[in-house]
Amino acid sequence: AAQLRFTKSPFSTSEEPTPLEDVTSYNNYYEFGVDKGDPAANAHTLTTKPWTVAVDGLVSRPTTFHVEDLLKTVTLEERIYQLRCVEGWSMVIPWVGFPLSDVLHRVEPLGSAKYVAFETLLRPEEMPGQTGLFQALEWPYVEGLRLDEALHPLTILAVGLYGDMLPNQNGAPIRLIVPWKYGFKSIKSIVRISLVEKQPETSWNRQNPREYGFYSNVNPEVDHPRWSQATERPIGEGGLFAKRKPTLLFNGYAEEVAHLYAGMDLRANF
Amino acid sequence: MPRYINRAIYLVGMMPATWTFYLGVIDQLGADPMKTLERSLGLWALRFLIITLTITPLRDLSGVNLLRYRRALGLLAFFYALMHLSTYLVLDQGLDLDAIWADILKRPYITIGMLSFATLVPLAITSNNAMIRRLGGAAWARLHRWVYLAAGAAAVHYLLVVKSWTMEPVIYTMIVAVLLAYRVARRLRGRRRVTLASA
Repeated sequence: AAQLRFTKSPFSTSEEPTPLEDVTSYNNYYEFGVDKGDPAANAHTLTTKPWTVAVDGLVSRPTTFHVEDLLKTVTLEERIYQLRCVEGWSMVIPWVGFPLSDVLHRVEPLGSAKYVAFETLLRPEEMPGQTGLFQALEWPYVEGLRLDEALHPLTILAVGLYGDMLPNQNGAPIRLIVPWKYGFKSIKSIVRISLVEKQPETSWNRQNPREYGFYSNVNPEVDHPRWSQATERPIGEGGLFAKRKPTLLFNGYAEEVAHLYAGMDLRANF
Repeated sequence: MPRYINRAIYLVGMMPATWTFYLGVIDQLGADPMKTLERSLGLWALRFLIITLTITPLRDLSGVNLLRYRRALGLLAFFYALMHLSTYLVLDQGLDLDAIWADILKRPYITIGMLSFATLVPLAITSNNAMIRRLGGAAWARLHRWVYLAAGAAAVHYLLVVKSWTMEPVIYTMIVAVLLAYRVARRLRGRRRVTLASA
């Protein structure tokens, strides 16, 4: 993989990053299988070049970006972020990417745009999880953010990991990272970004609305109906005898993002 | 001969646990070793429960009688359940009693898992010849029918713990359901035979 050029960012955490080996071998990417090891085993078949991302909907200038061209026009930054999975484990990951707002500003959202809808690739011939009798989710995978969440400086499109291009199992060639929300909000291998007026459907909410809300902000006070979210298991620390650590409100990014939810009932809007 | 086979069953039966724990200690269990160990032990407990429950249908349907090995298989199921529970209590929760108690009360999958384990305890304690003599064959057999509850609860526990229903937990649950349904069918047929005979 080609080494990327990037600058450092004040948004990075000073926490020690999770080893690359763990970040690239322990993945939830159901398009390649439901076991944590499946994406690393199966995702190499995915063709990521050429790759285009259509940005459309309520915008003045709908554009289809070629990822290679897009990369020539953005300033890449390293963002070392906390990642908290809804399942109760966490990692610290050095992503390389750029603010999603860079792209959104280029297409000029209309005043009527209130939400941003995202869509992952649908390509059953290269994504074994999208075929077969028993499928965990409806395809393509879709996600969504409120426009202000999407424009927040912490929200990035990542194209790299540990200074290199993104491995396929981590969502190559381009994926979303929203560090204050549970990992499943950070949709992988994006092909479409649409600005819309109404709150878009999201894959896990569609699958089980009682358990996975639209917001899915990391919150130790609001338990998943079937398990506690108060603590998390850091991956790659201490092996078999690793200790849990407390989960932080908004995954530790409360200072940056809490104002987005001022006055909202975070229990009702989980 | 059966005595040696029984010893072999214990020896071979404990190998998955020994091997997985060894891999964990030398840090070869992947990114989330505790979870891998916890799941593996739980899955083996369910597998041994299933094997234990197939002894009777196997005898009925094919004439192969492995009854003398059922105790070893049942006890292996209990040992795996015990190791699975210990992993959860010690390695997963770090013996945080408040968190564990909250889990038991609030989380149906933990409650049901605990129920399954609690059911297995008296069965394990009475899995020896002295207890069969003490209880008498009929009472002992009645007590050990609680294994049906333990197996059913174990399957539901597995179904509830996963983020979404994938192939594996659904298949295990179906196997348990078939094995339990077989008991019900056998009971009903037996009763009908009795009624016919007395008519």
